[in-house]
Amino acid sequence: MTPARQRALGVATLLALGAFAVLALLISPKDSRHGDAVRLLYVHAPTAWTAYLAYVVAAIASAMWLWPRTRRPSWDHLAGAAAEFGVLSTGLTLFLGSVWAKESWGTWWQWEARLTTTAVLFFVYLGYLALRRLGGPGAERRNAIAALLAVVQVPIVHFSVTWWRSIHQEGSVFNQRGEVEINDATMQWALWSGVIAFTLLFLWCCLLRMRTLELESSAAETALDAAIRERVGTVNA
Amino acid sequence: MPVVSIRQAVCLLGRFPALAGVDLEVDAGEIVWLAGPNGAGKTTLLRLIAGLQPLHRGTATVFDFDLERDRRSHRRRLAFVGHETFAYDDLSVAENLDFAARAAGSAPDRAVEARRRFGLDPLAAVRHAGLSAGQRRRLALATAFARDAELLLLDEPHAGLDADGRALLDDTLRAFVANGGTVVFSSHESDRATLLGAREVRIVGGVVVGAERVAPTERVTEASR
Amino acid sequence: MTLVEEAVLVAAKDLRIEAHARVVMTQVLPFGVVVLLLFAFALDPDRGVLPVVAPGLFWVAVLLSSLLAVSRSFAIEADHGARDGLRLSGLDGAAIFLGKAAAIAVQLLVLEVVLLIGVFVLYDVDPRGLAVLVVAGVLATTAIAALGVTYGVLAAGMRVRETLVPLLVLPITMPVLLGATRAFEFALADDLGPAWRWTSLIAMITTVTITLGVLSFESLLEEA
Repeated sequence: MTPARQRALGVATLLALGAFAVLALLISPKDSRHGDAVRLLYVHAPTAWTAYLAYVVAAIASAMWLWPRTRRPSWDHLAGAAAEFGVLSTGLTLFLGSVWAKESWGTWWQWEARLTTTAVLFFVYLGYLALRRLGGPGAERRNAIAALLAVVQVPIVHFSVTWWRSIHQEGSVFNQRGEVEINDATMQWALWSGVIAFTLLFLWCCLLRMRTLELESSAAETALDAAIRERVGTVNA
Repeated sequence: MPVVSIRQAVCLLGRFPALAGVDLEVDAGEIVWLAGPNGAGKTTLLRLIAGLQPLHRGTATVFDFDLERDRRSHRRRLAFVGHETFAYDDLSVAENLDFAARAAGSAPDRAVEARRRFGLDPLAAVRHAGLSAGQRRRLALATAFARDAELLLLDEPHAGLDADGRALLDDTLRAFVANGGTVVFSSHESDRATLLGAREVRIVGGVVVGAERVAPTERVTEASR
Repeated sequence: MTLVEEAVLVAAKDLRIEAHARVVMTQVLPFGVVVLLLFAFALDPDRGVLPVVAPGLFWVAVLLSSLLAVSRSFAIEADHGARDGLRLSGLDGAAIFLGKAAAIAVQLLVLEVVLLIGVFVLYDVDPRGLAVLVVAGVLATTAIAALGVTYGVLAAGMRVRETLVPLLVLPITMPVLLGATRAFEFALADDLGPAWRWTSLIAMITTVTITLGVLSFESLLEEA
């Protein structure tokens, strides 16, 4: 992507975030039961969406790297960039979910299926990022396989946790107090503008991060050229 | 058609270019001696040919397999003797050899034969952890010869062997080449290479600096595969 | 050699090493029992919670022990370039995966028998629903071993292997832990319907983890 388009995406992201802030904080009304706290959901839901989006993007990018015909370093960079954003989003989702739980159920944590799944995934992808940090020869293949192994866990974790909670029959509690019916048009606008703004933010951050990863690897290649010259130079000297 | 064909190969150990643009061609039936000082890249080059070391730049082909795409398929046709024995401390000499031969798909009596040839019969029940350096070297050689290989890669195979062992190894290598095999080995000792009539490939600072024949010999050329 | 023969060869090699060295049986097994004892101290046997939470404690003890068993399984491949030997051997990567996972599973099953007796004796739990315990136990152990070997080889060549593997493995074993704990809970309460349903969940997870290991192990071994 050209720098101009990247800048355009940046501007669009900032505009969307601004519009989202106005819609979510100023225009949309208080909720009848939860008051201003409902505004937490306008961030909580979009970050949860971008978290899962990021993990899927990381998995697709990893598959593209593994597939010999589409193998390019930028796929590995995209996987890394997306996973980093995903972990950040997941952390934010958990934090806001926790605050929301305190507001609506009076406890900081509920063993609710979606929240529990997200918490497990947070640590799965934290491990993936720890793996990526190690680098070294062959790291791209290792990282790509690890990302695919991780994404397969998403439905398994979700399914097992859902089953666990449904057997305990505590699901109904959430319907009584935790769920919010967002029928008001401006509330829906706030929520959807959040989804759009955070999706744009995700794309923009990915592009920026890919660019730095690309520069890092080209710097490494330049350093390698110098190292090769130095090593071969000792022979001729 | 050459058995090994390497062009401008760069291999990294961490970020260090252990190979900094190596060119090497080895024909079937040759004995090639990799000479050069410590740290020149001899071990890395042997590991590259064995498919154990990924290629960072350049090209490498062994038995017509492009190592950039496939570092596994050619391995069944080679044997590699490194500094390490590839053996398990808690298994006996016989158990280690038996596992290696079975894993390579060789007939079980190959392990017994290799054990006998390298004088390991008296040590058959001794665990690897209890072997001396020289005995370990013999075990590593026996492990390599327990496979049906066409290409033999040896990293300092003479180091740690006594005079009998060296003579035995050289005889074994000559017989291997006479049967159509190809050998690439590294050594600090030019007299061993001369005895074997090997072609010298000198490596310094991660590149090949010049190739010449050590001694005019009756190179085994009838190897045809 | 067929895939199964190769896998048996690798498993026999690992088990023979264990038979000679006895590291798992003399170090990991006592470790697991000590973990059971620590839970008893932490939760105070007199309060009567131990029988209730026994299945969960049992499986946590198994999980922690499995990390050590996986670590041992790759420690034996770390000396004398044994991992390079495996790569050069010509063995199918899938067979190496199956063999190493099977060897770990066998060792863990021995450990589990001892731990289970410990649970019955120390935690005052009555043995019931043995069929479920056996089937769910074998399936869950296989899944744990498979995950351990997959992530073990991923980190095999790294200096940070000992610290990275637990971070990678433990979150992913969560569904297995959940399934096995519920299956054991219902089995011990003689409520066999739900116990078998949870066992079927474990069976599904075991199938997926073995498939993933078979598909990925060879590539991971190359880059280790």
